[in-house]
Order: sequence, then C-alpha cells, then structure tokens
Amino acid sequence: MNNSPFVRKPASVQSVMLQVLLALVPGIAAYVWFFGAGILVQLLIASAAALAGEAAMLAIRGKPKALFLTDLSAIVTAWLIALTFPPIVPWWLTVTGTLLAVVVVKQLYGGLGQNPFNPAMAAFCLMIVAYPALMSQWPAAGQLDFGTQLKLIFGGLREVDAITGATPLDALRTALRSAASPDSQLHGLRTGQLMDGPAFGLLGGKGSEWIALGYLVGGLWLIQRRIITWHIPAAFCAALFVCAGLLWGMRPDGFASPLFHLASGGAMLGAFFILTDPVSGATTPRGKLLFAAGAAILTYVIRVFGAYPDGIAFATLLMNILVPLIDMNTQAPVFGHKKD
Amino acid sequence: MLRKLFKFHGGVKPHTNKTQSTTAPIAAVPLPERLAIPLHQAVGGHPRPLVAPGDRVFKGQRIGGADGSLSSAVHASTSGIVRDVAPAIMPHTSGLTTLSVVIEPDGEDAWGELEKINYRSTPPDELRDYLRDAGVVGLGGAVFPSYAKLKPGKNGALKTLVINGAECEPFITCDDLLMRERAADMLKGIVAMRHMLHAEEVLIGIEDNKPEAVAAVRAAIAASGEKGIEAVAIPTRYPAGGAKQLIRVLTGIEVPHGRRSTDFGVQCFNVGTAYSIFEALEHGRPLISRVVTVAGNVAAPRNYDVLIGTPMDHVVRLAGPRADTDRYIMGGPMMGVRLPGFDVPVVKATNCILVGSPALFPPPPPEMPCIRCGECAKACPADLAPFEMYWFSRSKNFGKAQEYHLFDCIECGCCSFVCPSHIPLVDYFRFSKSEIWAREREKDSADSARDRFEFKNFRQEREKQEKADKLAAKAAATREKVAGDTAAAPAAAEADAPAAKPKPSADDAKRALIEAAMEKARQQKAQVAPKNTDNLAPEVQANIAAVDARRETAAPPAKPAAGKPDA
Repeated sequence: MNNSPFVRKPASVQSVMLQVLLALVPGIAAYVWFFGAGILVQLLIASAAALAGEAAMLAIRGKPKALFLTDLSAIVTAWLIALTFPPIVPWWLTVTGTLLAVVVVKQLYGGLGQNPFNPAMAAFCLMIVAYPALMSQWPAAGQLDFGTQLKLIFGGLREVDAITGATPLDALRTALRSAASPDSQLHGLRTGQLMDGPAFGLLGGKGSEWIALGYLVGGLWLIQRRIITWHIPAAFCAALFVCAGLLWGMRPDGFASPLFHLASGGAMLGAFFILTDPVSGATTPRGKLLFAAGAAILTYVIRVFGAYPDGIAFATLLMNILVPLIDMNTQAPVFGHKKD
Repeated sequence: MLRKLFKFHGGVKPHTNKTQSTTAPIAAVPLPERLAIPLHQAVGGHPRPLVAPGDRVFKGQRIGGADGSLSSAVHASTSGIVRDVAPAIMPHTSGLTTLSVVIEPDGEDAWGELEKINYRSTPPDELRDYLRDAGVVGLGGAVFPSYAKLKPGKNGALKTLVINGAECEPFITCDDLLMRERAADMLKGIVAMRHMLHAEEVLIGIEDNKPEAVAAVRAAIAASGEKGIEAVAIPTRYPAGGAKQLIRVLTGIEVPHGRRSTDFGVQCFNVGTAYSIFEALEHGRPLISRVVTVAGNVAAPRNYDVLIGTPMDHVVRLAGPRADTDRYIMGGPMMGVRLPGFDVPVVKATNCILVGSPALFPPPPPEMPCIRCGECAKACPADLAPFEMYWFSRSKNFGKAQEYHLFDCIECGCCSFVCPSHIPLVDYFRFSKSEIWAREREKDSADSARDRFEFKNFRQEREKQEKADKLAAKAAATREKVAGDTAAAPAAAEADAPAAKPKPSADDAKRALIEAAMEKARQQKAQVAPKNTDNLAPEVQANIAAVDARRETAAPPAKPAAGKPDA
C-alpha cells in the first residue's frame, strides 16, 4: 500500500451482510414458533439457489468466486425472498424466484452494488404476477404441521385451497369491501367485529404480528449498530401511519387502523430490511425520507385499493426507479456552503 | 467558564497510538555526517541558492533566498562546508529530486551573527519580510509561509486567532511534547502573532487526549498574566486538527473552499509555528530545526529536536527500528506520505517519521464494489458524498465529480478508513484532481499556442503590409526621380511620342526596381559565394590559373558531361 490512509477500520461487506442476517433471526424465530419449521426449509432452499446462481454467473463473468460468494449479499437476498413468499410455496417456485433475483436482477446488471432494483422485491413481483394463486396462499398460524408443510413444499400435496386462506391484510380488505355492500351477510359489521375471526390477533394477523415485532427488534438493533440509519424506517412508518390514520379517522368502520397496517404484512420487514437496501435505495438523509415516505404511500394505496395482498414489493420497485432523481436533488450542502 | 464548542460533520476515531512516544522528553540528535537541505520546502516560489560548493556557512546562515511574492527563505542548520548544490531526492512519494544544498558539518555548530527584531516597534511590512527571511512556515504540515498569513485581512483586525494544538493524527506527538515543554516560549510567539493580526481573542485548541499539554498551556497563560488567551480542550475526533475543522469547532465558522479565513475574522496557526516565531523574534534564530516524532515500528518511540536536512535514518536509528521495517511514512497513518527511501532529509513539513512494517500497516483486503452504504458520507468532515464522487472519478466524468465538490475534499482519508468495500477513495479523488489540473494545464497551453499562432499570422500579415507600404513608398520615390529625369529631357521628345510615353508608368518603376535588386543580388552572390579554390596555397592557385588560361586558348568552352569524374 503506497498511499494514505495506511490504517482502516475493520469493516467489510461481509460483516455488514452478516449483521443484517443476524437481525433477521428474531423475526425468523417468531415465524417458526407460530407457523412451524417449514420456513427454515424455504430459507435453505433459497440460500442454496442463490449461491448456485451467483456462482454460475460469477464463473461466466470471470469474477473471483470466493470473494463474492462469501460476501453474504446473495444470502440476504435469498432470506428476504423466503420471508416474503408464502411459506408453503413449492420448492421450484422459491428456486425460480431466487434465481431471477440473483441472476437477472443482480448479476446481469453487474453484480454486487450495481442493481438498480431490489432483487428480492423484483423476484416477488415477477412471481406474484406469474403465479398469483400459489403466491397468495397463506396458512393460518398453527394450522399446518411440519410434515404437511414439507409435503406442500416438495410437491406431495397440491390441494392447498382447502387449507389455506388469504393474509389478514387481504382478508380484512375483502371483508371490509363486502361489509360495504348491502347484499353481503357481513353488511353493517364494524372493523373490530370483522377482526374477531381466528385469523386476527391483537393488532394484525395472528402470529404475524409477533413476527413483525421480531423484525422491529432486529431493525432497531441494526440502527444501534449503525448498519442502517433511522431515516427510512421512521419515514416509512410515519407515512404509513399518517395515510392509514387519515382514512381510518374519517371512517373507522370502513378502513383498518394505522396500527393494523404497521403490524401486518411486510411493513416491518419492508421498513427495516427491504427499503434500507443501500444499493437500490436513496442515499442522502433527505432522500431517504422522501424515498421511504413515497414507498409507504404507494404501499397503502396498493393495500387498500389494489388487487394484491401487500404493496411493499411494488412500492419498493416504483421508488427504486426514482432513486437517481431523488439522490440528485437532495444532495446536502457541503462544508462552508450551508445556510444556517 | 465552559466555552460552547461546535461540531463538524463526520470524522473518525482511529487508534491514537500516542502514549508510546510521550513517555520521554524531547531529545537532541547528534550531528549527522551530512545534511541535505532542499531549497524548496514551503508552499510558493522556489528559493534561489545563495551559496556555492566550497563555501563555509554558519549555523543559521541564509542559503536560499525567498523568490517571488510567496516564498520563504532556507538556512544552514549547522556550521560547515557546502559540498554541493545539486538536485537530491526529496521526501515525497514520487521520488523526484529537488535542488538541495549539501553541507558537511564542521562539528562546531557555530551560529553566525543573528539580528533580532522588536516586533512592537517594527512596522508590519518589515516584520513580515523579517519572518520571510527567517524561513518561518506553517509546521502543521502545510508549510505555508507564515508571513503571508500574518495580515489582519480586509477589516484590519481579526476576531479570533486560532492556535492549532489539536494534533489529531494518530502516532504524532510533536505538538503535544512542544506544548508540555515549551509552552511559555510558544505563548510569547502567540502574543506576537496576536499583535501583528490585531486579534481580539486567542483560542488554543487541543484535543482532550492531551491533558498534560492543556494543563501546561493553561499554566503558562496564567503565569504570563495575558488576558484573552484561552486553551480549549476539544473532543478527540479525527480530523479535528484540520484548520477548517478546528475553526469550526472553536468558533462555529465554516470557511468555504477557496476563501480566506481572514474574511471571516479568523486565522489559524500551528503551535510549532508559534514557537518558531518566538525563536525568530526573540533570539533571531531562523527556522533550522523542528520537533519530530519517531514512532511506529521502533523499540522506543520518541520526539527529537531535529536539524532540517538530517537524513531520516540517522534520527530513526536512535529510536531502534525493528528488523521488519519496510518503509518510512512522513506524517501520520491517515494523511502521511510513503517515502522513496530511508535517507531522505527531514524538512520543515516533517512532523513525524512513522516507521512502517507489513505487520503494522498491512495491505488492505481486496477491493469490493461500492454498495452505496453511505459510510463515507457519514464520515466525511467536508459533508461530501464520496461514493458519488467515486462513481464519477471511476468513469472519468470529472465535470460531474467537480459538481459534487471534488475540490472541497481535504484528503483526510476518513472515507477510505471506514469503507467496508476497502475502496481507496482518496486515491480516486487525488487522481481526479490531478487529471483535472493536467487538463487545465493542457487547455492553457493549447490556448497560448493558439494565441501564439494567431499572433504569428497577424504579425506576418502586418509585415507583408509594411513591406508593401515600403515598396510603394520606394516606387513613389523612383517614380519621382524618373519623372524628374524625363522633365530634364528635351520637350521635343515629349512632343514626338506623347502617346507612347506620357509619363513614367508604374511598370517602368517596377522594372527599374527589379533590375536594381537583381544587380544587387548578383553582386552579393559574387561576393559571398566562396569558390572551392579560395583556400588553396598560392602556387596551386597559380597552377589553376595557368590551366584555365590554357583551356581558354586551346578550345572553345564545351559543356563537360555531367558526373564526369575528371571534370
């Protein structure tokens, strides 16, 4: 080494990614507790597929394999895919989604650090468009034992409609819509009453609200470790809370409460782990606030007025498109040029 | 009593490694066998040599005279004989040479006659000239001639004089030890600077990892009874010792890139500079030595008072370098420069000789792609977005890099220090800056080449025009002459052929001119063109003449066949 600085902080991409993985553990633990160990199988399948796809692409591109396979970035993508897909999708769907994320969205754009879109979310969007039925089947907490889950994942069992339903978000939206129509038997029921069903817990979905809490804990730890900054999670949660609060405040019987929105679906995973992906997200402090708030508004709109069970994935991709524009226009004034 | 301090953005906290070299006091260094004193040691013009090989010089004798509006003198560090005034390798990564004066010490270390000066009664301009000729430059590392900074600025008075004792670079403790041991004298230098700058208050900023220095300076202030001088302990965070960062911490003022701090009522000097100003004013001693920290891969890290020009290995030997030493770094590990050898001389900018080894400063892990994590932006004390500048530098999009304030980068190394992808960011920025400078130089030289070319065309046009004018004037003169001649001829001639020759035409004049010119050329040719027989001996020439004469008479001149060997 010929040029200063001659000393460096012991930091590496690998250690950043490792800490992100560790921060996911509380959420995963809650997932296993409420929904069974099937998710661990999915995590393994996705990890293996991600490493295989990454290795193949690195070989084709002539890049050092050991260096990039051990940076753990592919594993982070794999885990986010496994955690956002329904836990009982067949193995080939997880593999296809992961390969799309790693091979197409990441490596074909130039590999680590070069992808304009969040690979996991792009994979989610592609899969939900391609396989809407399989991607919408969510078992209720405690509904399926591990054996059934394995059969579902590895193809022994295909009759899933009978045993699985929609996400709490989806269920509530459907219920609210039918409650609004005079022909329905649900007509006239309030949100609180609609949420009395077995799928719902205290704030959001039964079980899933605890997973969200796990993600929140892990995410706060990442902020404390200075791996991510507070801007994106705070702006996302605040904007989602405000959006939901506005409509809920106007018509509490017609819309879910802000806390329901925060505790349901991928809100916490999105706020702390998905939108905070540095490669595809905004980088300036002000830009991060705009980026996350935009994602929250889009998420809310898709959740409430759209056709998909959750809006995080589409919202993330849409905001990824805007990142260069946001970054360019939110550069902070430099030393000596501030107006204060 | 507690002063409100300000924060600068970013910064890092590397291991300070300072305690190792502060256990022992500043030590003297025995005279080396030879001193090589580079003439160009400070920002500004290249000083001219004032001595020649063989000259006897005294300690403190000026050997390089300041040249130009920004330049600083250089002096003999000890008495002895000048052995050479020639290019010698300088302490810089490039390994380039610079004109240096090589002195062989006579061992007497005898001072020449020293002139002292009373700074209170001397006019400011004279005082500045005096300091210029005493070779006082900034000892914090930037080596900017101090006299040029000792002007109060546009307002005629300064609000705050900031004295930099922060010393934020790891390993370096020369300022720390100087403050501990020489606080009283340093303070006298500060009082003189305050006088020259008409400064209202003086703030001496010292990082709080140097409590002994803070205590020593406070004690000195108390003992001196001076008012309006305060030693302020500031939080230890690299680069708090950057002039702009320190000004920000102490006063809250941010001096933008390219502006003078005096415009904001602030000026900043290093503590070592204050001490050398004291030496120059009080004792008349020019800047010929400085405190240098020897640290890193040595058995006993320590500070030494080193004569400028001393070979570095001569100093390092005293501290006991370990066997695996592979390099010297001038400065600290964050901003220091790797030196091209071990025998390069100590110069005014040498605050530290950091002895390195592969174990102490291992090569960084392999460079990974940028993941835009923004750690560099969080660490940047100039509030830049290094990762954006990195993309633009990498793609040689220098215009964009400048738009993102490339030139506000102070190259402190914080971004490279924190980067999890181990990207040598500062190297990219140094590269971009030098590319931009090179392009500007190229553009300048292209501009001046175009100017020269255009002027040449203009000059040729002008000369052509002048020639034509001259020709016309001459022609007119000839015409008049011819007209005069014709007028003298009988009128009858005019009556005979009035149509043929009404008056001398321009053609006639021209023909006359041409004939005159041709005749002149013929004559010149005859005069100038030498014959190959001109330089022969008289008898040979006589022979040739005889032969010629015979040929003339024998035969009519025939054309000899071309290439005929005996022709």
